[in-house]
Formats: sequence, C-alpha cells, structure tokens
Amino acid sequence: MTHPPSEPTAAAPSQVLTFVIGDATYGVDIPCVQEIRGWSAVTRLPQAPADVLGVLNLRGTIVPILDLRLRFGSTNVQYTPVTVIVVVSVMSAKGPREFGMVVDGVSDVIDISPQDVKPAPELGTSAGGSCVRGLVAVAGLMVVLLDINLLIGREFPATGAADDSIEAA
Amino acid sequence: MTIDLTQFHDAFFDESFEALDSMESALLQLDAGRPDPELINTIFRAAHSIKGGSSTFGFAEIASFTHSLETLLGELRDRRLAVTHTISDLLLKSVDVLRTMLGSSRAGRPVEMQSVADLQFDIELIIVQRDTGVAASPSPMTSPPADPALNRDGAISRAAAKSVDWRIELRPGPEFFARGTDPVRIFRELAVLGTLKVTADLESLPGCRDMSPEWCYLSWSLRLLTDAPEAAIREVFEWVNADCSLTVTAGEGAPDTTPGAPSPSPLPPATLRAAQEATASHEPGSIRVGVEKIDELINIVGELVITHAMLSQISQGVDGPAADELHSGMQQLERNMRQLQESVMRVRMLPISVVFSRFPRMVRDLAQRLEKQVELKINGETTELDKTVLEKIGDPLVHLVRNCVDHGIEKPQQRADAGKNAVGTIHLNASHRGGSIVIEIRDDGRGLDHERIMAKARAQGLVGPNEMLSPEQVRELIFLPGFSTAEITTDVSGRGVGMDVVRSNIADLHGKIEVQSERGRGSRFLITLPLTLAIVDGLLLAVGDQTYIVPMTSTIESMRLTPSQVTAIADGREVFRFRDEYLPIVRLYRTFGLAPRARALHDGLVVVVEGAGRRIGLFVDDLLSQQQVVIKSLETNYGRVPGISAATILGDGSVALILDVADLIRMASHREAA
Repeated sequence: MTHPPSEPTAAAPSQVLTFVIGDATYGVDIPCVQEIRGWSAVTRLPQAPADVLGVLNLRGTIVPILDLRLRFGSTNVQYTPVTVIVVVSVMSAKGPREFGMVVDGVSDVIDISPQDVKPAPELGTSAGGSCVRGLVAVAGLMVVLLDINLLIGREFPATGAADDSIEAA
Repeated sequence: MTIDLTQFHDAFFDESFEALDSMESALLQLDAGRPDPELINTIFRAAHSIKGGSSTFGFAEIASFTHSLETLLGELRDRRLAVTHTISDLLLKSVDVLRTMLGSSRAGRPVEMQSVADLQFDIELIIVQRDTGVAASPSPMTSPPADPALNRDGAISRAAAKSVDWRIELRPGPEFFARGTDPVRIFRELAVLGTLKVTADLESLPGCRDMSPEWCYLSWSLRLLTDAPEAAIREVFEWVNADCSLTVTAGEGAPDTTPGAPSPSPLPPATLRAAQEATASHEPGSIRVGVEKIDELINIVGELVITHAMLSQISQGVDGPAADELHSGMQQLERNMRQLQESVMRVRMLPISVVFSRFPRMVRDLAQRLEKQVELKINGETTELDKTVLEKIGDPLVHLVRNCVDHGIEKPQQRADAGKNAVGTIHLNASHRGGSIVIEIRDDGRGLDHERIMAKARAQGLVGPNEMLSPEQVRELIFLPGFSTAEITTDVSGRGVGMDVVRSNIADLHGKIEVQSERGRGSRFLITLPLTLAIVDGLLLAVGDQTYIVPMTSTIESMRLTPSQVTAIADGREVFRFRDEYLPIVRLYRTFGLAPRARALHDGLVVVVEGAGRRIGLFVDDLLSQQQVVIKSLETNYGRVPGISAATILGDGSVALILDVADLIRMASHREAA
C-alpha cells in the first residue's frame, strides 16, 4: 500500500545529523540540534525511567539526559571518552525544551530530499518504533530518521495544565 | 507638526491608575468623618491630573467625566458643599467607573457608557441642587435609555451653577416614525444644550407578533441640565410638535439668579503642559523599569554566584607564593558579590502596601454587605517583598481577610451580647524577622470552633470516629482540601476551595502558614515568607554519593540519634522523640533509591524539617555545608519529580537537587513502610 509522502511540499533538501548507536545509523533534523558535547557525569533523578540517566548543567540550564542506546534496547552500554551527547531542542506547549541524547558517536551531516524518505515499516511497540519518522538510504547506508518531538513526549513526565508551580527567577 | 502621542499612552495610564489609588485611599479616610482639607486637595489634584492627561491624549469620555468630577470636588474644596455620606459614596463609585474606563481605553475597547452617564448625571445634579438649597439625593435610573451613546456626543457641561433641571415628557403618536422623525437626532440636539439623561418607556411595546414595525410604541422621559432658556429646548422639538405630546417643566429649583461659582471654562485646550505637570508630580529621582530588565540582571547575578563558588573551590587547592594574595582576593570578591546580590534583590522589592492598599475598601464594602461593623488596622505597610512574592501573596491574603470578615467577626448584636465592642477589629501586620517576612492577620471575632471542625472532619472521614486530636492538630484540619465549615456557600467564601489552596500557594513561595485561635476571643494567622525566590539559603546533605539541598527555612535542628531514642512502631515505621512529640524518620536513601554510606541510624545524622504544619526527621549520611544556592528550574526541560522542588548548580558545576519538604512529608504519610 502506498502512503502519501509525509513531508510538506517543500522539495528543498533538508540537513540531517547522523549518529551511530551500535550497528545502526540514525538521523535528526539539524535545526533541532543545539550542540554536541562529550560525556560528563550526570546527577541522577529519583524515580526516573531507566533510560533517563539524570540531569546536566548546560551553561546554567538544567538539561535531562536520555541514553538513546538504552532506549533502543542495548543492554551493555559504555561511557567512554568518545561517548557523545547530542543536545536537542524541541518546541512544546510550554515553550522550547532541551534535552540531551547519549549516543555512541556522531557521523556526518547529510542532505536528504523529502521524496527519498520512505515510511518506516510497522515495528510494533519495540524500541524506537514509535519515534521513527522514516527511512532513507544514503550511499548504501540505511539511516533511520527520528522524530524528536515523539521522543520527548514519551520520555519525560508530562507537566499537566494544572501544574504551574515554581519557575526559576 | 503632529506629534505621535501614542508612545506616551502607557505612562498616562500608569499614572492615572496611581492617581485613582491615591484618590480612593484619601476618600476612605475622608469617609471616617474627618473632612480634612488636605485630603480633599489630594483627591482634587488626582482628578485634575487625570482630566489633563485624558484630554491631551484624546480620551474624550474620560476627560468629560473627570471634568464633572473635578467641578464637584472644587465645590467641596472651596467649602461650598459639605462632604456627606452620599457624596463620598458617589465619589467612590466614580473611582470604580474611572478604573473601568481607563481599563477599556487601555485595552482599546469601547467605553461602556451606561454607568458613566448615570453617574455623571448624578454628579451634575448635586452641583445644580447645591445652588437651590435642596438636599442632594441622586435618583436611580428606572430603565435603560434608548441610546446610551448619546451622552458621548456633546455632553459638555456648562456653567453648572446656573443650570436648571428640566423634565421633558415626550409621547409620540403611532405615526411618529412614519413621518421620518428620528428621535435619536432630537436627543442629540438636546444633549448639545447640556447634560441629558434619557429614559425610555417600553410598557406599550406589544409582543413581536402583534407589533407593526413602522409604528412607534415608545415614549420617553428626559432630564436635561442646562442653562439654556426654555425656548431653546422647545425649539428642538419644533418639527415634531404636532405628532406628539410634549411637556417641558422645570425641575426642582427655578433658574438661579444669584451669582454662584464662576462658570468653569469649557474644556481647556489640551496642552502638553497638562501632561507634563502630571509627570512632574512624581517623586523626584525615580524611573520606571521593565520587569524583564531586572530579571535579566538577577539571572546574571545568579550566574556570578555560581562562578564565584567555582573559583572559590579552585582557589582552595592553590598553593605557592601567590596563594595568600589569591585567597584574600577571593574573600574581597565574596564581600563584593554579597553586596551586589543584596542590592539587585532589593531592586525587585516593593512595599507590601501595594497589596495591603486594596483591603480597606474591600473590608468596608464586605462589612456593609454582611451588616457587620469592622475596623481594619494596618501596620508595617512599608515592609518590602520581592515582586514575584508580592504578586502571588495577594490572593491568599484576600481569602484570609475575607474569611475574617465573613466567618470570624460576629454581627454587632452577637458581639454586644458577648460583652464585646460592637465594632470588630482586624489587624493586618507585616514585618521582617530574621531572613523572612512575617505577615499576621488577627481578628477579635469568634475564633475557630473546634467541635464543628472535628464533626466536619469525622463526617468527611478525614478523622476516625474515636481518634483524638490535640487542639493544634484540630486547627490544622482547616487546611485540608475541600474542608469548610460554612453552612452556606456565600459568594464571598465557603466554597471549600480556600484554605488548602492558600497553604499550597504559600508553600509554592517557600513559605508557611500557621493558625492560632481562642474560642470567643479570635483567631490569628501567621504567614512566613522568604525574602526572595531566586536564591535560597541551603543546607547541603550527603546521601550516598549524591548531594541534596534542604532550604534553611524548613530546617529546625540536626542531631545524631542513639538507638535508645528510636522506637519502631507498626508497619516497620520508625519514630523518635523530638521535644514533646514523636516524629517519623524518613530514610532518604530509600526515598531516592540510593546506596547509603550509613544504614544504622547512629552512623548518620537526622535533620528535623518542617512543612505543611508537620515535622519529620530526614536520615542522611552527613551534613556538608551551608551556602546560598541559586534556584534553577527542573520543570522547564524535564518535569515534576516527587520530593524535589528544583535544582541548583554547585561550585564544581555539578547539579544538586533541592528537596521539597512539604512533598516529602506528604509522601511519608502515604507510605506503608519507612
């Protein structure tokens, strides 16, 4: 069954940052990426899901760190000097939200055209299934494109509408 | 050359609202029966400045209304009229109306003219009747006039002293409209002559089905204040005379020939000077600053605090020849930082009078409505609070004061029967105590009824049927959600949405609220708030390999327990004796799922903390230090974590979590095992 293209009509290529987790290559839209930094110890958060490692101080802002490798089902994860955190920003109902994703390493920035993106096959509820927005083949390599908004929506505690407690001054 | 005046609108509105506030506060003092000429002057000046500004900026309705107001105030100021209860009520209503008018104009909405027109008429009437020696008694409107917009056009008030109150009855025949007459046009012409009030009589209007749209079923009663002769009035109706019955009679007060006040000149030509005078009446040496600028300053100072802490840590480890100079330099820097911090915090501080100022009026109106006599005494209104705290403390305070008037103070007869003064007193005090602000609301009313509270709590299942509570615990019950002993929910209070929201609002500000009460003698609410929200004095605790921070305002004491002081009770919970009560112990390592260094109670420390009216002991590995920490939001990027209120950044750049004591206490009481 053919699906209509999920991308807007703009035929202009968009840029994607690719990174590696295990044997697979993933990609996120460049405009969401704030920075890439090396691994540093995080402060643990009580009662957080297993893949939310904790929070980090990023130039004065408290940013939660999510280990994508755990999220996608890896069991044996290392934190080495080349382990990388990709800090992304998404727009939510309450304004821009930042969080960091731990990955094994970053690769290139590639250009992709919307028409090259194929819809992802149904993967069920297993790791990564619900935040994939499509697949694209680049130079023989399959890149799994991720939708950051879906990732943050599932991971972090919802701040309900009635919750308007302390804001930092 | 035309100047674009819209850039000054904001300043005009801000200053006008302030002028209204000073007018209202002076009016309330006037009301107490002291016709202090200085107060009247203050009120007059406030009205005058609003008039000047509104005419300069083209807010014609406001200008016209304040012009009438100013004329009346002029009569009061020059002692030609005495301040009566009616007049001061009228003036207070004018303040309300002006507030609404300014608010609408500021928001770009059209001004709702109905109440303005009525009030303006009543004001003019008093001025007119003054000359004719008749006691002023404004008459209420009976039904809405045909076109409220009428008074907007050309309601220029002329020499009020020579005006006469004309009553005009216009009863058209059914073919009135068929002849092409538009009564609105007639009224507009009349309005040019003076101040007009139109009342339409709709009684003859049949139902839609029976109505013939071209027929006129309406008649009108008009009242016109004008110095124009009767002939001029009749001339307006010349063309329609034949089609209707018209009666024109002079109202109370024949035309006055004695020279009254000199006729006030028509609206003075608007000059920028009027606006400038208004600005000049500001205190010298103050400027208005946008809140964002100050917030940015505070953020930067916060960052400085963190950077300083980091440098401080590094400099501790430095040895060698330059070490001494470095250390003394760091100390100097710390002193400078502290001063800078305090100064910047003070920029955001405003006197609590900003919040207290609305209470005299509120208490007065409420007491009147409930037929009680209440005197409000305010102290310490110059006490300063952080702006954000100020904004959020308003609603809880309003709720508490309303409660006092509604439930606390008894009706005069009941008070007299109890041997009390018929007039109840509410004390509202604010003061600094240590690093906190203390606000007290005290009344000499009936106090909390412990039996009623217990009965209600038992009925709601909050307290077991045989459970006994200390008086203090009973009083704490009122802070539970949905709790209210009011029998009827008035629109004032009693909706049960009250005290728990008050407490949680205050807790959100890192403050606390306590209540004391004596049956028959009165109640006392004590609110304690920190001076600022951005930075908190924190105690650093070590639990396992993590550092947590507890606000100093929540900590009572810390101690090392010996096994003999601890008792295990049912469900594996532990309690220990502290002063004259038994407190539960919360092992923080269990709460946060950490591996602790100390498991045995005597190997670690217990910190007694207080929140939501209760106390518990937190078991930790060690106390590290006490320092000021900058509060950073966890919720912006992550979300709510149970037991944690916010985060901060320590000197080494790492993140530490700040404990939410009230939440921890709630969690402790819900848990099965400690």
